[in-house]
Amino acid sequence: MTALVELRNIVKTFGGVHAVENVSIDLAAGEVLGLLGHNGAGKSTLVKILSGVFPADSGDILIKGQSVTIRSTRDAKALGIETIYQTLALSENLDCVANLFLGREIAGWHGFMNDEAMEKKADATLNRLRLRLPLLSKLVSSLSGGQRQAVAIARAIQFNARVLIMDEPTAALGPEETQNVATLIAELSNQGIGIILISHDIHDIFGLASRLVVMKNGRLVGTVNTGDVTKDEVLAMIIAGKVPEARQA
Amino acid sequence: MNFLAVKFRSVSDRIARAAGLDVRLLGMLFMMAVIWLTLDVLTGGLFITPRNIFNLSLQVSVVGIMTCGMVLVIVSRHIDLSVGSQIGFIGVFGALMQNAWLPIDGTSTWWITSLAMLGVGIFIGFAQGLLVAYAGIPSFVVTLGGLLFLRNAAFYINSGVTVAPLNETFQLLGGGLDGTIGVFWSWVVCGLAIAGVALIVWRSRRRRSVHSMAQKPLASDVLMVAIWAIVIAVFTATMNGYKQPKTDIGMGIPIPVLILIGVTIVMSAVARKHRFGRHVFAMGGSSESAELAGIDTRRLTLLVFMMMGLLCGLGSIVTTARLNAGASVTGTMTELTVIAAAVIGGTSLAGGIGTVYGGIVGALIMQSLESGMILMGVPTPLQRMVLALVLIIAVWVDTVYRKARRA
Ligand SMILES: Nc1ncnc2c1ncn2[C@@H]1O[C@H](COP(=O)(O)OP(=O)(O)OP(=O)(O)O)[C@@H](O)[C@H]1O
Ligand SMILES: [Mg+2]
Repeated sequence: MTALVELRNIVKTFGGVHAVENVSIDLAAGEVLGLLGHNGAGKSTLVKILSGVFPADSGDILIKGQSVTIRSTRDAKALGIETIYQTLALSENLDCVANLFLGREIAGWHGFMNDEAMEKKADATLNRLRLRLPLLSKLVSSLSGGQRQAVAIARAIQFNARVLIMDEPTAALGPEETQNVATLIAELSNQGIGIILISHDIHDIFGLASRLVVMKNGRLVGTVNTGDVTKDEVLAMIIAGKVPEARQA
Repeated sequence: MNFLAVKFRSVSDRIARAAGLDVRLLGMLFMMAVIWLTLDVLTGGLFITPRNIFNLSLQVSVVGIMTCGMVLVIVSRHIDLSVGSQIGFIGVFGALMQNAWLPIDGTSTWWITSLAMLGVGIFIGFAQGLLVAYAGIPSFVVTLGGLLFLRNAAFYINSGVTVAPLNETFQLLGGGLDGTIGVFWSWVVCGLAIAGVALIVWRSRRRRSVHSMAQKPLASDVLMVAIWAIVIAVFTATMNGYKQPKTDIGMGIPIPVLILIGVTIVMSAVARKHRFGRHVFAMGGSSESAELAGIDTRRLTLLVFMMMGLLCGLGSIVTTARLNAGASVTGTMTELTVIAAAVIGGTSLAGGIGTVYGGIVGALIMQSLESGMILMGVPTPLQRMVLALVLIIAVWVDTVYRKARRA
């Protein structure tokens, strides 16, 4: 079976910093892949290459076995790759609906927007996702951290993604909302969406991801099946940078 | 003291919001009313007269047209310092076209020159926009260069000699004695405008009911239409109330004012209802977020400067036609008036915040102060000094307001 997404031998440097060094990962449709590692391990940099934020210095990206070039976030979205950025990347001076549809507004005559249709669709999406927001006409600058995260999540998944990249999606959420997002991730993977989930919290990720990728100092430490390892062994991988014997997936 | 202010604001906010009104706009309109009444008293009743209001609206048209564009430029977190020089350069260019290249009495001369002037404006915006968006040079630097370059280019292309006179049909675009649409057509426009307001409100109600969404109370919408109808009718009556010299024939609405109203409506719609405007606000709030959301921020920046150039072309047509001459000094310092109008009208220099109608009210406030002081016989240097202080105070008030809002 060909993987939904394959990143091969990705290299990315910033000045003298080797942010990502020769990393290869793959993701199947419907799979939840956990991406773990210390601060500065290169997790965000690796996925940003897939989201089109910046190009890799070298390496290939394959979608369903086909080599693709992703030059911008627009290219990535056109390929069905949606991203929830660690910084959320919301526009604080716009309201929730505007943020949800930013860059993909529902418009009619000569690009004039249909506000009512967008408001209604936004409302429906949030209900479906069981994400709670006070008022859709509120400016994002007046939302709490968790509410902002809800907006960012809803924005990424309302456009029928094939690949969903979540860079610490639950960092600011309360226990109940975190649980909702976990349920949501399970649902989305059931629908066949491939999900890359980045987190610091291995407890969070253990219950969701079927495979785990660990990075350290820009390098790939290893990939393991979640079922084959204990949390302590994964912690050891993150800290020591070594794969336990006979666990390599 | 502070507590009281906060209390008052929250109460007035709530009342205004319940009535579906914009608090900021109300504040600005209130300020304008105070300024008008004060000036009327100070000039011994010379200010609020059909004659003065007529001249005021004629004078405000050029600055107003360009302010519409400047608001979006500043919202996108850029600046265009070259707009005054653009007026001068495009004006000399258009005047030369009529006098040197086209038959000055030709029947097509007026619209060919007009289109060419708009084209030159778009081209200037294109060139500056390329440098800002694709070469990554700060807009402050690019357009400061544009200010110097174009002002001197305006001088250079005709060795500083003023080009006059201009085509007679073209002159109508500047207003003046014949450049109005007369009493009858003014009332027609008035009727259409009121019908237009009613139609917009009605369509918005219908769209909301189609989507089964919450409606504003009917009374508030009716009130809204009524207020607009009164404003439009009073304005028309005022324009018709100013008589042609030594006759009893009313002047009617000047053509430049019609152009300004048209530009304001279009630009407001673009800013608030069009994708382009939405993207401009997003980019001004955070260029990085806009880029991550898939907006091509470079192309957008280019378009913003081209739009500003187009409006400079339009502004230049009106000024040049009104002066009946293309002079290289035309539009000197206009960039300051235009930027001041946008900022007084609530556009934030930090980007991401601003309204077109606010900019128009800002332009009206600036122009009212200026012509009021002229009526009072205040010497020019003192006028300028006062306007400078008004600008600084307005920005200060705005800063305080925003801070209180956020707290
Ligand atoms: N835009 C950038 N410019 C320069 N250096 C960068 C940039 N982005 C990341 N880096 C560097 O690349 C390295 C990897 O950063 P990255 O953000 O990918 O880490 P991370 O694994 O996502 O960490 P965290 O868990 O803290 O989010 C770091 O050393 C960082 O300083
Ligand atoms: Mg990161």
